[in-house]
Amino acid sequence: MAILVDGSSRLVVSGITGREGTFHSLRNRDYGTQVVAGVTPGKGGQDVEGIPVFDTFHAAVSETRANTAMIFVPPRFAADSILEAENAGIALIIAITEGIPAHDELRVYNHLRRGSSRLIGPNCPGILSPGKANVGIIPAQFFKEGNVGLVSRSGTLTYQIGNELAQGGFGNSSIVGIGGDPVPGSSFIDILELFEADPETELIVMCGEIGGSAEEEAAEYIASSVSKPVVAYIAGFTAPPGKTMGHAGAIVSGSQGTAAAKAEALEARGVRVGRNPTQVAEIAVEILGARV
Amino acid sequence: MDLLEYQGKQLFSKHGVPVPDGRHAATAADAVAAAEELGYPVVIKAQVQIGGRGKAGGIKLATSRAEAEEHAAGIIGMDIRGFTVHEVWVEKASEIDEEYYAAVVFDRSAKQPMAMLSRMGGMDVEAVAGQDPEAMRMLHVDPLIGFQDFHGRRLAYEAGIATDVIRPVGAMLGKLYDAFVAEDATLVEVNPLIITKAREVVALDAKVTIDDNALYRHSDVAELSDLSAEDPQERMAKERGLTYVKLDGNVGILGNGAGLVMSTLDVVAAAGGRPANFLDAGGGSKAEAITSAVEVILSDEKVSAVLFNIFGGITRCDEVARGLIEAFAQIKPSVPFVVRLDGTNDVEARELLAEAALPNVHTEATMLGAARKVVDLAGEAGRSPAGQERPEAEQGDQNAGLEAPRS
Repeated sequence: MAILVDGSSRLVVSGITGREGTFHSLRNRDYGTQVVAGVTPGKGGQDVEGIPVFDTFHAAVSETRANTAMIFVPPRFAADSILEAENAGIALIIAITEGIPAHDELRVYNHLRRGSSRLIGPNCPGILSPGKANVGIIPAQFFKEGNVGLVSRSGTLTYQIGNELAQGGFGNSSIVGIGGDPVPGSSFIDILELFEADPETELIVMCGEIGGSAEEEAAEYIASSVSKPVVAYIAGFTAPPGKTMGHAGAIVSGSQGTAAAKAEALEARGVRVGRNPTQVAEIAVEILGARV
Repeated sequence: MDLLEYQGKQLFSKHGVPVPDGRHAATAADAVAAAEELGYPVVIKAQVQIGGRGKAGGIKLATSRAEAEEHAAGIIGMDIRGFTVHEVWVEKASEIDEEYYAAVVFDRSAKQPMAMLSRMGGMDVEAVAGQDPEAMRMLHVDPLIGFQDFHGRRLAYEAGIATDVIRPVGAMLGKLYDAFVAEDATLVEVNPLIITKAREVVALDAKVTIDDNALYRHSDVAELSDLSAEDPQERMAKERGLTYVKLDGNVGILGNGAGLVMSTLDVVAAAGGRPANFLDAGGGSKAEAITSAVEVILSDEKVSAVLFNIFGGITRCDEVARGLIEAFAQIKPSVPFVVRLDGTNDVEARELLAEAALPNVHTEATMLGAARKVVDLAGEAGRSPAGQERPEAEQGDQNAGLEAPRS
């Protein structure tokens, strides 16, 4: 098993006809993901290397029974595209787009949580379930199937940690990028809940960074509701207050959202926090090794 | 993007939030002309992005032309905690009866806007929160429904403000919320919100932050500039479309992906070094982008060594290596480079670098090894006082080193 994406995922890509959209859709298909449709208004009837393109999500869903959407359109069109996917009945929407206005994300989040669709991202690398499906831009060649669930606000940092785990002999059940924006569609808690219920996952690595309080909230949740071991990493100990560190959501506001406070909150709840990516992998390997 | 006070007040006016009549001036002569036009008394206020302007002598009352001349000349050019004052806001002095605090903030945890009101304004909010937490009243607003009259009434009653201004203060909160949404703000703060002797509600200060991701739909705001806050390297990086943050150390850093770069800064600091910058070269970086980024990093004269930390996913390590080779051909750096390339096409990248045999470029296999190496090369000047002996458990304290005043 894995979480969120697997062999039953039927993917429709919004923005499939753009340069990046085409490149990554085909990479996802090459990996084995069922990419069943694309959506680009005005290009309905065309195809991208055999993948049919539709003008609307509604047409794509009714023609192809797509159940998962990937959003690859520029920021000013992204909120609209997510809402269209939801309106067409897509259960899982994965938004890769970086740079969506925060107020758009607020409206989308508050609308979606009243329904049943789940949003991952925006500003995220997507989801990879090794050996099953890849939706997004995660370089799958570094990962193999295994028992470590990985959830992260950062892309490359995830690859770094995943690669070190692989060198330690461990693979992943699923890797979920929840994204670096201030209003992520899914939080650490949402993904921790899924990993806790996934029989294949034996250990969870959670990779946070400065800004907001999602890591502190996750610490409380882990203490009350997660029985599996969790190893955490927090990036941004050296980030000065008031500066946005690359990700729109990575900002220390006054004394709020510091890496030190997050690491303390997690450790206070019994979560081991690695001080660098290598140490995270070492702790994970140590815990898993002891279980064998 | 943080707005200066006067820029925030101009936005407020646009949304019907009353502010005192005022003029912007960049020279003492213009400030005096503005004062003459407005009529005395006026307040001359330094326009910089830093709190504590009043205490620092950046806000002065002028009751005559002579005083206006004296204060304007004194304030323009003064230094307020590292920010040089380039411009002032001259406004008609207000007769203050009461000082409140009002704000609309972006609550990331609740994922809703939050309106705030306190009857204790005109001072540091965090200090008030410590003294009397009950004084600050807060209410979430559903962004799909928006701010309703009852939100304003409830906050006003619960905050315990004067009964004769319950209705106008509630209405003012509604207008602040409108400005918050219409301008894509992530913060709108008024401290103090005053009640004048004539019992009018007026925003005496304005602190507004606009979401950078939404600037494309606010061209008027995007054009605003703040000379005091612009760092030369940050301006250069912005013009080149690079994600760069200037820091105070001497180890230049380039990586790909915001999280990995933040992590690289932490690892360099843990090895006893002081990062000079954050630079995310982004996904899929091409050689030209790398060359351009190296120029920005080296334009900071404090940089005495540079670390490249790349984990190639979509980014190809060979492209990064080509960029570095090109940078060396163009600008011939005089400082050592440490390069750690892992991931997509890393073998080709290392071959390219070996073949190019760039002077003073060291290749390291791991992120931690590369951090130690670059700290060594950066030399004594790059070490924090505790040096490499610093226990890792103390990582959180390293902010202190970074905030040290610039020499």
